[in-house]
Amino acid sequence: MSAAIDTGDTAWMLVATALVLMMTPALGLFYAGLVRSKNTLNTFMMSIAAIAVASMTWAAVGYSLAFDGDGSLIGGLGNAFLSGVDFAPRQGGTIPELVFFAFQATFCIITVALISGAVVERMRFGPFLVFAALWSVLVYAVLAHWAFGGGWLMANGTLDFAGGVPVEMGSGFSALAAALVVGARKEWGRQALLPHNAVYVLLGAGLLWFGWFGFNGGSGFGTGHPSVLAFTNTLLCPACTLVVWFALDLIRGRKVTAIGAATAIVVGCVAITPAGGFVSPGWGMLLGALAALPSYAIIVWRTRTRVDETLDVLAAHGTAGFFGILFIGFFAQASWNGVSDGLFYGNAAQLGDQALAAFAAPAYAFVMTFVLLKLIGVVMPLRAGDREEALGMDVVQHGEEAYVTGEGAILLLPDDVGKVAVPVADPG
Amino acid sequence: MKLVIGIVRPEQANQVLEALHRAEVRGFSMSRVQGHGGEVERVETYRGTTVQMGLSEKVRFEVAVSDGFVDKTVAAICEGGRTGEVGDGKIFVVPLDQAVRIRTGDSDEGAVTPVSR
Repeated sequence: MSAAIDTGDTAWMLVATALVLMMTPALGLFYAGLVRSKNTLNTFMMSIAAIAVASMTWAAVGYSLAFDGDGSLIGGLGNAFLSGVDFAPRQGGTIPELVFFAFQATFCIITVALISGAVVERMRFGPFLVFAALWSVLVYAVLAHWAFGGGWLMANGTLDFAGGVPVEMGSGFSALAAALVVGARKEWGRQALLPHNAVYVLLGAGLLWFGWFGFNGGSGFGTGHPSVLAFTNTLLCPACTLVVWFALDLIRGRKVTAIGAATAIVVGCVAITPAGGFVSPGWGMLLGALAALPSYAIIVWRTRTRVDETLDVLAAHGTAGFFGILFIGFFAQASWNGVSDGLFYGNAAQLGDQALAAFAAPAYAFVMTFVLLKLIGVVMPLRAGDREEALGMDVVQHGEEAYVTGEGAILLLPDDVGKVAVPVADPG
Repeated sequence: MKLVIGIVRPEQANQVLEALHRAEVRGFSMSRVQGHGGEVERVETYRGTTVQMGLSEKVRFEVAVSDGFVDKTVAAICEGGRTGEVGDGKIFVVPLDQAVRIRTGDSDEGAVTPVSR
């Protein structure tokens, strides 16, 4: 209970937390537009489920493992079940720890939701819930501890402003592992599997960008210089990514595409996530422009492979997060961030610290997710059968349709329910 | 000259398209329809309202062919549309009195035979 509560900081962090929570339904909308209409609800529900599951696990043990103590690899259990988390600030903070907890919870939630993009249209809902619960503790909390909670990367001097390590690389490389374990959709590589609503995709990306001002702007945990710098970088960097993406689209297909634009917004926001509070607005703009290139290349390359990492979480989040983390090592500027210079300003060691994170985090996320899903797969089948996949996950997993017309629907009175018909997904 | 009408599952529509392509049937139209053919009905629940969905989404192919193509067309729709479960659909072959290609005024056999541009 060192510093006093600052009401201005607290007010902003309350708002920022709500903004970040909104990003998860926004992501659900973005993802739902990218899948076929028969999988709209299931895809959206995976994001909603992340809110349900990861909030529970974060309150139970996740927060404690990430932020209690400064163990090298993992935190303690001192704050398990919110023990000791109350109106007093954390050490060095100016906001109640309850707000800090909630803000960090929203990060865990959206990271879990992000991974769903790799397995939509075929993974069963039940195993996804189990995976979400275990992943949020075994992978997210650990990576968050390394980068934010006093773990070895943070102690070593790695700079990660708003989650390049746990959120972006954590989700991106876990998504690759998940796609490999769950396997491709059955028509993958044989038929064109197209987005069913590009407007959802654009609106989802727009809302994500809006929420990202809380995500990056809140990661200074107040209203000081780092938050202000990250906030403005969150405007400039994705705008530059958009421009470069337009140019790449023009060169490659002679037309600027809407879904490309939505992707560019996400890529730009991801790239500035680790760097937001550490680089000047000018370098932030360069980061946005350059970050478009590797992500664009990976999207083009990935569709030619057999890997059905369906919604390109690796390209948008893993790659751009990796790029942003390394970029700090070159262009961080102590005159802007008050912490450290990068290689360009004479501090080559910073690049080494960044490179360490850029290889350790993906390796941990990939291996852990691969093993975790293999183990869950032993206990319960991860994916739906071919017939169910053909029918669509909305009807099979949820008994609802996104675009139901009501024609031919016969109302069942409460007494009839259960007697009349067999659900279509009934095995056999 | 016959009109072949094939009503298939929407999820099999792409397979039917591929089979028609392999059978060198080049001209057809398709539409989304709703129908019922004895398959088990789906039960869905919307916030406490439980309904039995009596109609299923289907895709209807209409292919006008000269007599020599009738069997090939029927075989292609069967091959592409079959999953082996109730609800795979039906094929109807009906006589066709007249066909006209609007662009040229060609009629009958000439109108249903694809031309190369």
